[in-house]
Amino acid sequence: MIGELLFAPFIEFSFMRRALVGCLALSLSATPVGVFLMLRRMSLTGDAMAHAILPGAAVGFLFAGLSLPAMTLGGAAAGLAVAVVSGFVARSTVLREDASLAAFYLISLALGVLIVSTRGTNVDLMHLLFGTVLALNDDAILLLAGIASATLIALAALYRALVLECLEPTFLRSVSRLSPVAHHAFLLLVVLNLVGGFHALGTLMSIGVMILPAAGARFWARDINTLIAVAVGLGLAGGWAGLLLSYHADLPSGPCIVLSLGGFYVISLLIGREGLLTAWYRSTRHLEA
Amino acid sequence: MIPAQPAAAAALTEVALEFVDLTLGYDSHPAVHHLQARIAQGALVAVVGPNGAGKSTLLKGVAGALSPLAGEIRVHGCARSDFAYLPQIVEIDRGFPISVFDLVSFGLWRETGSLGGVSRAQRKRINAALDAVGLGQFARRTIGSLSGGQLQRALFARVGLRDSPVILLDEPLTSVDADTARDLLGVIRQWHDEQRTVLAVLHDLEQVRQHFPETLLLSRELIAFGPTHEALQPANMLRARQLNEAFDEHAHACHRRTSEAA
Repeated sequence: MIGELLFAPFIEFSFMRRALVGCLALSLSATPVGVFLMLRRMSLTGDAMAHAILPGAAVGFLFAGLSLPAMTLGGAAAGLAVAVVSGFVARSTVLREDASLAAFYLISLALGVLIVSTRGTNVDLMHLLFGTVLALNDDAILLLAGIASATLIALAALYRALVLECLEPTFLRSVSRLSPVAHHAFLLLVVLNLVGGFHALGTLMSIGVMILPAAGARFWARDINTLIAVAVGLGLAGGWAGLLLSYHADLPSGPCIVLSLGGFYVISLLIGREGLLTAWYRSTRHLEA
Repeated sequence: MIPAQPAAAAALTEVALEFVDLTLGYDSHPAVHHLQARIAQGALVAVVGPNGAGKSTLLKGVAGALSPLAGEIRVHGCARSDFAYLPQIVEIDRGFPISVFDLVSFGLWRETGSLGGVSRAQRKRINAALDAVGLGQFARRTIGSLSGGQLQRALFARVGLRDSPVILLDEPLTSVDADTARDLLGVIRQWHDEQRTVLAVLHDLEQVRQHFPETLLLSRELIAFGPTHEALQPANMLRARQLNEAFDEHAHACHRRTSEAA
């Protein structure tokens, strides 16, 4: 009975299996990227970049309709442009990076919605904003898998440099020339994964699969390796639970997935090893030394 | 070791660092002015001077983090990139989830790079470095749980692992307690015994007199450089203070003092 509830939809319907594979790919790549995003205190940067992808995808849509390559290229180009330009503005003017990012992403978002609404229907707009995880075709699955593979290889190659870039950038610069490489490769990975995520979850929700598992895992793990492992686990569990919730309760899948991830985050927040209730419980007793 | 030293005497000991008419500063305001000095290989030198005397600036310049406005720093026997520099304020994210062991292991970056793993032999060296600074029991703790003094011990362990011929320490003992200072001075002594060249900015003159054979007294200009008891004579100290104050008044006319924070 329980087994049926948990597995039957995936055995029965291929679109559910595809959705699950898509979530799996996203959890494996977007979640570790999200961990670094969180540790670099760039969670909101990721959010801004996710919105910035919209006009690029919209321009792709304008030229080629709901075409995967056109929207992917457009989205990636727009995301990178906003990341680079706002970084440049932050470095060379008085404006801080968060404010300049916010400025650019607000412009981008408005532009994107405007472009789609002049040429497309409301359905198209919803597609871009909230994704179509239940209608992933072969191309979309291959794109997600490709992005996941490239991300994992890049993370493995740059892992130590990325950790040091978050922990103590000045030290990294003193021992290696990898600091700018790590920084820009990382921004590229963020954009790639957001673009991948946007096909499944849409531009508004794709950041959720990055940040929520990472934030939840922070309550369980004390070192970065465990943190990434737990985050990937939470991402997988959230994707799976979200698809089931969406299937059984007949609700839109994108928000269900993000809400499930959010549910795991709240549970972690309460009962995680460093969580609220645990801290309160621990505050009533202490070790001898 | 006065600047204008005969070449024959300098040849007796290898010179590691040479400051040639060196001027360092920010926005073209000099913080170190026309410094001329030679640091022998294996020397243990305290850099002393009032606040704003250019001590931190000098170390930044030697570390390569700041380009000279004029003159040059000549490095002999190794590359600038081999220097180990411990800044006064280490911009480390204390909330980052990483163990003390892993933090210290970054000292082996030159051997491991971004890709290489940490071998069993290297793990032993990391543990030995932790033991040497009295943090053997703390290897598995996260860096967030360390006190300021313990973190400084860990950073010393990391500097030691880098196996640098030249070590630059900017106020390494300023915010640590007496026990920690004693242990860290022992580590510095160990580096000196291993023939490494050590330059350390210090404020506690008692520490300097006890542990540092040579002192470079700086107040924008070089006041004295030589055996500690000679360099720290009252006349020199007074001159260092006066020069520093004189510069303050003068700076008013130049619109702006440098942003030297030492």
